[in-house]
This record gives sequence, C-alpha cells and structure tokens, in this order.
Amino acid sequence: MRRVLTALALIATAAPALAQQSSVPEIPGSDSTADHSKFEVLQKAFTSGPEVTEACLSCHTEADDQVMHSIHFNWEFENPRTGELLGKRNVINAFCGNVVGNEPRCTSCHAGYGWDDMHQPPPQQSTAVDCLVCHDRSGQYTKLATGAGHPPMEAKGKTITGADAWAVDLSKAAMSVGMPGRENCGQCHFYGGGGDNVKHGDLSSALVMPDVHTDVHMSPDGANMVCTDCHVTEKHQWAGSRYDVHATDPEGTGRPGERRRVATCESCHGTEPHPVDIKGMKLNDHTDVVACQTCHIPTMAKGGVATKTWWDWSTAGKRDADGNAYSEEEFVQSDGKHLHTYLSIKGDFRWEEEAQPIYEWFDGQVSYASAAQGGKIDPTQPVGINEIEGDAHDGKSRIWPFKKMEGRQAYDSGNDTLVYSHVWGPDTDTALWTNLDWGKAIAAGMKAAGKEYSGEYGFIDTYMYWPTTHMVAPASEALDCQSCHAEDGRLANIAGVFMPGTGGSAMAGLLGKILFALALLGVLGHALLRLFSRKGEH
Amino acid sequence: MSSRMVKVYPRFERLWHWTQMTLIFVLLFTGMGLNGVHGLLPFGPAVMLHTIAALVLLCVWIFATFWLFTTGTWRQFIPKMRGMTKVARFYAWGIFRGEKHPYHKLLWRKHNPLQAITYFGLKILVFPAIWITGILYLTYNLWEEVPNATLWLTVIANLHVLAAWVIASFVVVHVYLLTVGHGFRQHVAPMVTGYDCIDLTPEQEAYLETNEPWRLQS
Repeated sequence: MRRVLTALALIATAAPALAQQSSVPEIPGSDSTADHSKFEVLQKAFTSGPEVTEACLSCHTEADDQVMHSIHFNWEFENPRTGELLGKRNVINAFCGNVVGNEPRCTSCHAGYGWDDMHQPPPQQSTAVDCLVCHDRSGQYTKLATGAGHPPMEAKGKTITGADAWAVDLSKAAMSVGMPGRENCGQCHFYGGGGDNVKHGDLSSALVMPDVHTDVHMSPDGANMVCTDCHVTEKHQWAGSRYDVHATDPEGTGRPGERRRVATCESCHGTEPHPVDIKGMKLNDHTDVVACQTCHIPTMAKGGVATKTWWDWSTAGKRDADGNAYSEEEFVQSDGKHLHTYLSIKGDFRWEEEAQPIYEWFDGQVSYASAAQGGKIDPTQPVGINEIEGDAHDGKSRIWPFKKMEGRQAYDSGNDTLVYSHVWGPDTDTALWTNLDWGKAIAAGMKAAGKEYSGEYGFIDTYMYWPTTHMVAPASEALDCQSCHAEDGRLANIAGVFMPGTGGSAMAGLLGKILFALALLGVLGHALLRLFSRKGEH
Repeated sequence: MSSRMVKVYPRFERLWHWTQMTLIFVLLFTGMGLNGVHGLLPFGPAVMLHTIAALVLLCVWIFATFWLFTTGTWRQFIPKMRGMTKVARFYAWGIFRGEKHPYHKLLWRKHNPLQAITYFGLKILVFPAIWITGILYLTYNLWEEVPNATLWLTVIANLHVLAAWVIASFVVVHVYLLTVGHGFRQHVAPMVTGYDCIDLTPEQEAYLETNEPWRLQS
C-alpha cells in the first residue's frame, strides 16, 4: 500500500520523473536472487543520499572500500609510465577547464557526496559513496547540477543532465536497485563538458535507446547491451580508461574465464573478426594496422545529438545593449533542438552532427603535456591539451578515429601557462559566469589551484583529442574500401603505411602507360604503313 | 614436304589460352581500376575480382606448366636464333612490300623465332614478375615483420604495376599481329579448332596417318 501511495505521490508531483521512468530499459540483472524492495533496511523514508549508502553498506560491507579506490571516486589517475598525476581532479581540459575552484558544480557528477574542496581528497567517510547513481533502476534518481553530488530533495534547480530538477524519492530508488543500465552511466558520461554529447562526440543521450544505426551494440533492436557488458568490472574498477587506453588487444578472446581488465572490440570479437572468405581474409589482414573503430564508426554524434567541436572562450563576456549576458542559438540539431552558438558566459561554439572523425596512429597512450597541469606552453603554436602517441612502426599502434576538439582558451601571457579559472560560484564576485570578468575569474582560479599568476592573460588556440570508440554502426554501414583506398581518402594524412589505390604506384603507372602508348603508336604506325604500301604494291 | 591441316593445339592448350585471355582481361581491367585509370568499379569489388581472377589464373598456370613439361611442349617456347633476322626483316620491311611471311610452321615449331623469343621472355621474365610480386602483394601480412616492409611493399606494388603494363602492351601487339599475313580470321581459327596448316616431312605425314590419323584434317 505504501508503495502504491509513493507511486501515486510521484505521479502527482513529479512529471519529469515519469518522463525519465518511461525511458528506462528493462532492468538488467532483474534475474537477481535478491529483491531489494523486500529488504527492511530499505523500507524507510530516507532524507539524504548518504543515508541510503549507509543502508546499502549494511549488507554490501566492502562496496565503499572498493568504490573509493576507483577513478570514479578519486578523479585521479597516476600514469604508470610517466608518473604524471592525471584525472579530472588535476588536469585542465579543452571544455570548462578545471574542477578546482568550481567544485560543487563540477563534482555534481562525482560518484560520491559532498566533495567541495579539491585541496582535499574526496570525502573519506564510507557514506560519501553514491551507490544509487549507478544502481538505481527506478529511473528517477538524479543529482543536482550544483549540489556537489547530492540529489535534489525538492523540485528546484537543474539536474546534471540539464533537466529541471524534481524531488528524488530515495526510498523508491533504494528498493529498486539493480545492475547499471545505459542511462545510469549516461547521466554523467553523456553530459560531460556542459551538455548532451558536448565532450566525447560518441557518448550522448541518443545511446539510452539507440536505433541500430546509432549503436548496433546498445540498440534494443541490436544486441541491447549496456555499458558494463564491455566495461566489465572487478571490485568496482572498470575496464576502459581514457588515460590508459588499450588501442588493441592482441590477446583477444579465447582465454578461459572472462577477462576483466580490457574493454576493447577484440576482447569479444577476437583479432580475426571477419568471416574466412576472400573478402574477410583481406579485411582480417587489416586488423594489425587499423583499429576496428576506424571502419566501424564512420561517423559520431549520431542519433540526432550533435557534438561540440569548437569552443572559443576568448569571446566570452560580451553583453547586450542593456548590459546583460545573452545567448545565440543558431545551430539546429536534427531533432529540431536549437543549440547555443554563443553564450556570454562561455563564448562561441561550433557543433557537428554525424561528424567524421580524424585519424591518427595511436598506441593507446594519451600524453598530457604539462600544459594540462599548468606547465609552460608555447603561445606561438596551437597548444595540445593532450597528444596522441604511437606511430606506424612500433608494432602496437593502430590507425584510430578521434574527435579533435578545438578552441581558444585563456592563458597566462606573462608566465606562458594555461590558466585555471573560477567560472562557477553564484555567491562569489570572482566567478566568470556571475560577473563576466576574466581578470577576476583567472586570478581566483589560479589562487584556488595554488599556481603562480602574472596577472596578465590572453587567449591561445588549443586542441584536444578524444578517442572515438562508441556508436559502432552495423557492419552494413562500415566504411567502404574506397573510403581510404583512394586519392584524398580518409587516411590521406596517415604516414608509414602503403595503401593500394592512393597513388603509391604512380611512378610505375606512368612508365607503364608510356610503354603502352608506345605499343599502341607502334602498332598504329605499322598498320598505316601497311595500308599505304599495299596500295602501291598491288 | 607437304602442307597439311594438322591438329597442333590440343583441347587443353586452347582452353588454357582462352581462359588465360579472359582472366588477363579481367586482371587488367580490375587492376587499372585499382590504380585509378578508370573508376568503373568500386575498390572493394575490384580487389575481390582481381584476387579471384589471379588465383584462378594461377591454378590454370600451374596446370599449364605441368602440361608443358609432361608433354614436352615446353620445347616450342625455347627461342632459336635461326630465321630470326628474316622474320624481323619481314615485319620491318617485307610486309610493306607485300612479301610472304618467311616462316612456315613445323610440327614441332608452331612459333616463328620472333614469337618464340617473345613468349620465352614473357614466360621467363614478365609472368614470373607479375606472379611473384602479386603473391607477395597479396600475402603482405605474412612478411610484414621484415625490416622496411612498407618500403618493400611499395617497390613490389610498383613492379607489379609495371609488369602489368608490359603484359597490356604485349596484348596490343599480339592482337595486332593477328592481322598480319593470312589475316585475322585465319590466325584465330587454329586457336578455336586446333587445326593449322603445317609443313610436314613425308616421315611425319606417314607417322601421323598411321598412328594419329585424327590429327590430320581431310
């Protein structure tokens, strides 16, 4: 009865929640031996996220410890090769810049509660872990966009997906937990960088219920897979880090037992995925050079959701005639939605839908120049926020597709470093989004990051690579041979590999054509001579 | 010495010739497509057709080589200098004066000296070149570990293309020469029926009449 009442109350008060609910796919793991709605510890009115976590931990005693060791919780990654300390917590990116100084806004996507100071590690009490964000299957749990990871307890503000917030029913969420669905992961990963598909290009809300064209694996009409089918876990640690990518997995399948630390195509499909016929064998010959993604993700930003490809922060701060911040929405997405092309608080944007990736050799290593951590830059050159490593001859690189995010970002023109900026903070007088004042925003950001600031700033061109690996198209939509095997084909910029059909045998071709022309001319001349001489003869 | 219509091209040889012709045309057509000479075929299907035609031709070639050596026909292709200058002079001069072709086919000498040396060159140089480069090209993934494999592949691809153009040039001259002498139809007919006019010694004639009468026409 109580559940019915709860449901009724929900219908009455939270229409957005219903909208969310209807889009929830069938619960993965619904064949579980535990029905959480029968657990007494969950049958109470919770008033905060941590309270729910406490209840979860009463049975799942090790979960908090496991989660707290994950990159999802620490937002920190120490590159085992270089020792660089990376992760959202430390680096500057090509989107909103940096977390430090903007915590409650940025950490709203943190898989934990109440992280409001980057100078401290994330809160270490066990109840700071957010179980529901991944495991809620009621479809109505969410986080407040500006709440440092806490869910909205009243219909006020926005959620992390940008929707109007509703009062989350924690009890309902707690009683309907299960294995994560696409929309669980998507709440954060689809909306990074300030909106739907802004950041990755291959991760958007279109993947909650994609058609097969958008994603053959995740479409209910395809394999209907969820994120964790590939991003398998071991003690709440996920396979598939963007900081340490497996560009290839030559081990492939075929080992007894499921491999838990890789999320590559080859981990399921093997290294010779095409059928063994004449075409398939030739295609299989490609797998040592070309990543699966290159042919099988011909375009990203599919399913009607565009991705941001250009972000010029230098134009932020303009005001309209009345001295107010304003916006322009000149890009119309294929679903009819208008997207910002200018925002006083963020500058100019460019968008692309069904975007063609760019291609580079890639060994899985993404190096974050010291620039991304506040080190020296060369302001005369476009600054790479990250760089792709690998080449044709190292034996492990593959040609990979990338989204190349370009734009202009602020830098310290006195010290030649990228700057940390304070963009969000409604109660401060230094936040850019409140005051439209770059000088104050940068000074406050640099102070928050503990970096030296000369007091002078400018703007430089930046770019950042984002490996494309989702939105795999059905085989029938894979790239044709001639997409690359043609002059000016897609891989025209790729060096160190011989690609038939791209003009690599032009020299011999020219020589051959001359020889052929001479043969024709000789034959023609001979024939003519015969014709005329015969006339004289007979 | 008498001229008789003798079966000089057995069925296998004719089948070999026309299969080879068809496949070479397919290979030249698809190969040119792959090298941007024309755009009549998409790259993928062109590669498949090229590869299949090549593999079939390779089988035909293996059979033919086996056949050449078991039947002794390989001797037909060994070049001899004797009469070479006469034939060369005929093509360069005599043909314009309405002279008769100086070469008369013999039972064990179907080709005139110029033909023989051309075929010999093709068989010993150009065909091996196209086959070796083609097979290396196709099986690149088996030897890609070799140092500078990409460079080698480029060299191989270029040699392959060059050899292909030499074959294309041969085809042009080959077809043209069918119009020389008795005329196109008379030249092509033997490759269809198998019978050609051959100068037989009395001994050969007697042998054939007694032992292989089916090889003699009328």
